[in-house]
This record gives sequence, C-alpha cells and structure tokens, in this order.
Amino acid sequence: MDLQTIWFILIAVLWIGYFVLDGFDLGVGMLLPIIGKDDLRRRVMINSIATVWDGNEVWLLTAGGATFAAFPLWYSTMFSGYYLALFLVLFGLILRGVAFEYRGKKDAVAWRRRWDAAIVVGSALPALLFGVAFGNVVGGSPIEPVAGTQPDLAGSLNYTGNLLDLLNPFSLVLGLMTLTVFMAHGAIFLALKTSGEVREASRKAALRIGVVAAVVAVVALLWYQAYSGNVAFTLPLALLAAVSWLTALGLTLRGRRDGWAFVFSSLTILLAVTTLFVGLFPNVMVSSIDPAFNLTVENASSQQYTLTVMTIVAVIMTPIVLLYQGWTYWVFRKRISTSMIPDHPEAGRADDRFATAGH
Amino acid sequence: MSALDLSRWQFGITTVYHFLFVPLTLGTVWLVAGFQTAWFRTGNVKYLQLTKFFGKLLLINFAMGVVTGIVQEFQFGMNWSEYSRFVGDVFGAPLAMEGLLAFFLESTFLGLWIFGWDRLPKKLHLSTIWLAAAGTALSAYFILAANAWMQHPVGYEIDPETGRAVLNDIGAVLFQNTATIAFFHTMAASFLVSGAGVAGVAAWMVMKNRQVDVFRPAIKVGAWTILVSAVLVSVSGDMDMKIMVEQQPMKVAAAEAIYETQDAAPFSVLSVGDLSGDTATDIIAIPGLLSWLATGDANAEVQGINNLQQQYLEEYPQYGPEMNFVPYVPITYWGFRLMIGLGMLAALYALWVLWAFRGERTPRGRFYTAASAGIVLFPLAGISAGWIFTEMGRQPWIVFGQQTTADGVSPLLSATDVWISMIGFTVVYAVLAVIEVALLLRQVKKGAPEVVVEDPFEEAKKDDDKQLYFAY
Repeated sequence: MDLQTIWFILIAVLWIGYFVLDGFDLGVGMLLPIIGKDDLRRRVMINSIATVWDGNEVWLLTAGGATFAAFPLWYSTMFSGYYLALFLVLFGLILRGVAFEYRGKKDAVAWRRRWDAAIVVGSALPALLFGVAFGNVVGGSPIEPVAGTQPDLAGSLNYTGNLLDLLNPFSLVLGLMTLTVFMAHGAIFLALKTSGEVREASRKAALRIGVVAAVVAVVALLWYQAYSGNVAFTLPLALLAAVSWLTALGLTLRGRRDGWAFVFSSLTILLAVTTLFVGLFPNVMVSSIDPAFNLTVENASSQQYTLTVMTIVAVIMTPIVLLYQGWTYWVFRKRISTSMIPDHPEAGRADDRFATAGH
Repeated sequence: MSALDLSRWQFGITTVYHFLFVPLTLGTVWLVAGFQTAWFRTGNVKYLQLTKFFGKLLLINFAMGVVTGIVQEFQFGMNWSEYSRFVGDVFGAPLAMEGLLAFFLESTFLGLWIFGWDRLPKKLHLSTIWLAAAGTALSAYFILAANAWMQHPVGYEIDPETGRAVLNDIGAVLFQNTATIAFFHTMAASFLVSGAGVAGVAAWMVMKNRQVDVFRPAIKVGAWTILVSAVLVSVSGDMDMKIMVEQQPMKVAAAEAIYETQDAAPFSVLSVGDLSGDTATDIIAIPGLLSWLATGDANAEVQGINNLQQQYLEEYPQYGPEMNFVPYVPITYWGFRLMIGLGMLAALYALWVLWAFRGERTPRGRFYTAASAGIVLFPLAGISAGWIFTEMGRQPWIVFGQQTTADGVSPLLSATDVWISMIGFTVVYAVLAVIEVALLLRQVKKGAPEVVVEDPFEEAKKDDDKQLYFAY
C-alpha cells in the first residue's frame, strides 16, 4: 500500500475517532434541554462528559493538522472554500468550551441559563455543519481551477461556490444525520455513564431520537450510493451500519447492557464514516463541475519524505495516545447520579470551604 | 478594505488575543505543579491551598487558550490557503505533531488533574499536572518551530514543477537555532509573566490581610521566578538578536529605525519624529550598543533599511522595481522597546517586592496594592509587543524570502466573508474577555480554599456513593 493510501486511511481513522468521541459529548450538549429538566440533572449530564470532552476535541485538531501535513491541497481548498461554515463551527466550539468551565463559577440562575444556551447552540452547530461539510466533500461541490494561483492544475483548484451552495439537499440530509445520530449517541452514552433518573430519561431519549436518526441515516446513506465511487463496498457497509444501529437501539430498549449499546452505537458511527470514506476513495474532494477537477490522494498529497516522517510519528504516537486516553475513561468509569453532585460546583461536599476571612 | 487587509487584521486580532492566555498558562502550570509537589513532599497544607488557588486561575485561563487555539489552526486554511498550499508539505508536519504529541497530552492529563483528586492516589495525581505541563511546553515547541520556519525557512527545496516548498530535512525544521532560541526566549518570557501573576496576586492578598500565612511564601516564589526568568529572557533575547542580524537583517534595522548602514551603530532608547528615515531624532541613544548587541562587537557594521531595500530589489526581481521590502517601522521600533521596557518593569517590581516584604514586613498604601494588582499586565503587554514586533518585522514576507503575505491569502475570499468572521470573533472575544477577567478577580477575592479533607482518594475508596470531590 502506498503512503498516500495509508494517510487517507489514517485521516479517516482520526475523523472516526472524532465523531465517535466528540460525537457523544456534542450529543450530550444538545440534550441539555431535553433530558436536563432541572439544574441538578443538567449538572449530572455536564459532569458525565466534563472529564473527557477536551481530549475528545483534540481528535478534530489532530485531524485538521494531519490533513494539513499529508494533504495540503485538500486542507487548503476545503478550509478556504467552506469559510463561513467553518467560522460557525469555530463559533460553536468556542462557546461550548468556555461554557463548561465557566458555567459553575457563579451561583445564579440567569448566569447558568446563558451558559446552558451556549452549550446547546455550541454543540448543535458543529454537529450539523460537520455533516454538511462531509456531504459536500463526498457528494461534490463546485471546485475548479482558478487562474493566477498555482502553476499546476491540482494547486489551482479552488472552491468557487458560496455558503448557499454548501447547503444543498444531500449535504443537509447528511448534516441532519450527524445531528440526530450524535444526539442519540450522546443519550446512549448518558445511559451508560449515569444512574437513576437521568439514566431513565436518557434511555427514553435515545430510543425516540434513535428512531428518527435511523430514518434520516438510511435516507442519507442510500442517497449517498448515487455519489459513491465504490458501491460494491459502500452499500454493504451502509447496511452493516443500519444493523449495528438497530442493535444499539435494541440493547437500549432492554436496558441491561448499556456498555454494549454504546459499543454498537460507536460501531455505527465507525461504519457510517467508513462508508463515506470508502465511497470517496481515491478522491479527497469531489468536484461537481468536472471529475478532472477532483482532488485525489495522488494530486493533493505531500511528498514521500513528509509522508514517511509523519507515518513514523503516527505509528509511534497513536497507540500511546489511545492507551492514555483509554485510561482516562477507566479512571472516570463510575456512573454519576444526582446524589453524587455536590451542592456547590467545585466545592466537593463542603470539604473545601472557601475562607470567608476578610469579607 | 480588501480581503487581504481584513485577513491580516483578523489574524492579528485573534493571534494577539490567543497569546494573552498562552504565556500565562505556559508558566503557571509549572508553578502550580511546583506548589503541589511542595505539598506532596512537605505535607504542608498551605502549599495545597496555593495549588488549588492558582490552579483555579490557571483553569479559567486555560479554557480560553484552548478555544481560541482551535481558531488558529483553522485560519491557515481558511484565510491563507495559498500560503497553506505553498508550505503544507513542510509546515503541516509540526502542526500535526503538535496535535499528536502535545494537545492530547495536555488536555487528557489536565482533565485527570482537575477531576482526579478523589480518583487517583496522591502521587499519581501529582504526576498528571507535570505531564500536562510537559504537554503545554511541547505544544509551544512545535508551534514555535513552525513559526521559526516562516522567519527562516530551512530543510526544504522548491519543487520546480509546482513551485511549492517540499520538506527534505525534518531535523533542520525542528531543531534549527531560530526555533530553539525562540522556544527558550518564549518560555522564559512566559515564566516571567506567570511569576508576575503569582507575585502580584500574592502580594495583593497579603497587603489586604487575606490569608497572610498562605500567601506570604508565594510572593517569594513569584518574585524569584520573575528574576530568574528576566535573566534568561535577556540571555535568550541576546542570542535571538545575534541570529536575527544574520537571518533577518531588515527586522533588526526596522527595530532600530536605522536607515543607513553604519559602523558602531547606537541603540536609541527613545526618539521623536515619524521614524520615516529623515526626521526621526533620537533623544537618548547609547553609542555602539546596537552593534554590540547584534554582533558582540561595538564597532561592527549594522546594515540599514535603505541599503537592504536596494539589496532585496536586486535579489528578488520578480516582485518588480516598486516592491517595498520595509516593514512598518513605527510598529517594529516601538514594539521592540515596549517588549524590553515592560519586561524590565516586572523585574523592578520583583526586586521591590522582595525588599518590601522581607522578614515579616508588609508595605501599606494604595499605590502598592494597585501596582500589585496590575503588575501581571506589564510583562503580558511586553510579550505581546515582542510578538507583534517579530511578526510585523517579517513583513512583507509570510515566509521570509519565499512568499509574500499578499501572495498567501485565499484567492477567492470575499471581503464580506472576512468582515462577518472578524466582527464575529472580535465581539465574542471581547465579551469573553470581560467575563474571564471578572471570573479571575472573583476567584482571587474568594481566596484560597480551606482544606478539610487532605486525601479524598482514600475517602472515596471507603464509600462508593460518595459525592464527587470536584464537579462542575
């Protein structure tokens, strides 16, 4: 296998990691108003992801960095082309990241309400827009050579559409798919990570949203077969994803194997992303104008030396990262319930009382 | 304004803003690790209180650093796609390494540190903050190596067909002296900023009679951090100057507003006039100092702006005879002076604070409390000025000698789009800045928490349904 293909696979792996991991914490964020009827429940939800969301988000940063290093022309065309969409993604990620840390810093209802809204909006925007962006990558968007840029064809390929072109029907369906699947995935994660009333509410939400997500995902992935370059693989993969999703929902319905339900919902995301990438290969960005203007693993990649260096780094570091990130999940494996949430944020059952001297 | 100008403004605004949080994090995380280690070694609860107190400030700050950092990585592609195409083969590698080696490390272990007090044995918990600290430093290293390559590109060749840079020596990119010295200089400056934060806050608390026994030792820690850092900042700055005069002589000339090549060049401390080359008049100038700083020889020749402009016109004819290779001199000149001056102010503060708080003494007076409350702002503004100088001094180049900033911008980007994003970022950043400062002040006023349970891990082991020790 050549290095370009290896890096195509590695980038797919990074996106799978991102969607499986940040997928559930984006989902939990969107579920705040649905499952979190009162502040205590919302705090259970936030604390269930508090320990890991930042590490999960690094998968996105690494996917971005790896795309820059391995496929600079892909990175450049996509990020400049999807400008406003990515701005909205960044806007969302900024809001929610700060919100987690700042929400508990003041004991006031209005304060917390505002940060809750920031978490919901900040989670929904990326959840929707990543799907939309992928819809345009795999389904095609207006990409063509622009005169006066780089001397070679591949280097001169730019996205020539606007924000509205990004919001085409297929991409919007794919966006709805990521939005609903992440919500259900988040609810399944909450069912695994919490106990008591939050767990019950999460199971119910997972089933209701999960069914909607199933319908949307089936439409999206079947529609995708029209764009897929490798239907012989992507159709069975899409069907496997459907089976896996139904298994996850079935396990959630029975409610005895929360861990397995989460494994299957993660597996579903893995299969769905794999479907997209397999159908995309050997392209990395499809041009809706002319297939000759597609960016491919060949014409968009870095040279052999860079790919070799990065392969060595990735081969050494990825297992180490997986090991210690996995360990974090093990350390914080305990289910959280409303009774375990201390009255005052950060003050741990009054063990750490703030000194009032001088006040 | 054109999309190019707007993109430059946006990059400037978001980067300067991001870099307000970064140096505070880079230094403070090690100081917090130090406090926790002191507690672990001595069992003195005061150190644990300091760990938690400064730890909370660190986390408020860290959150802002993280979210504004994502913008940085996206912006290269969003606003500077021609740059990204040109350099991706080289520049992408350190960015990807930063993700794999540094970001995962810092975010994962900081998460473990924040929430792990009752989940990890003491010693293991202590190790998480050290690993997080190592992650922040590694992250700084990779991004500085990437930046150093823009200042002084090495380890690459230009592909004759595509005209793009192709990496051929990763070791040269990661370990060239431009990178190692920039790292040394930036880390030292970050410790100076963080030391000022610790010393200033601790002195303020003591002067306000708040938990004097807890905060008095922290004054010394902060002040000595400032002093040691100030020495290291000077040493590394001196090294930086000596390589800069070889690698980017125009930047040195612009820093000094030296227009004609001269021997025994003076260092002007202050000047009046518009710095345009004819009317600038030094009001204080130290003869020969610039030559000495730049080369180690007070009589050595320093190249002037006009001479370099001529030289570059001959060297880079492809940009035409009208091309201006001179950075915006007022920014470089004053940026350079602010950097040095504001850093030195912090060092003076450190000397004063050590003297004024010696033994059990405590100075009184509104001026002293105000100075202590504000002292962190001076080196922070100084480090900002230093980076504005470095980046503006590289202009008109985005990659020195290889690509101009004007050629690096995304070709189809509309001014409207950049207006939208720039206003969006600026408004969000401004609101968040107000909130962050308010939260920091609130946290400071709360003081250090009293510690009731020293070993939450042992407690949690006994009772499985115990409330979380730390929760949002």
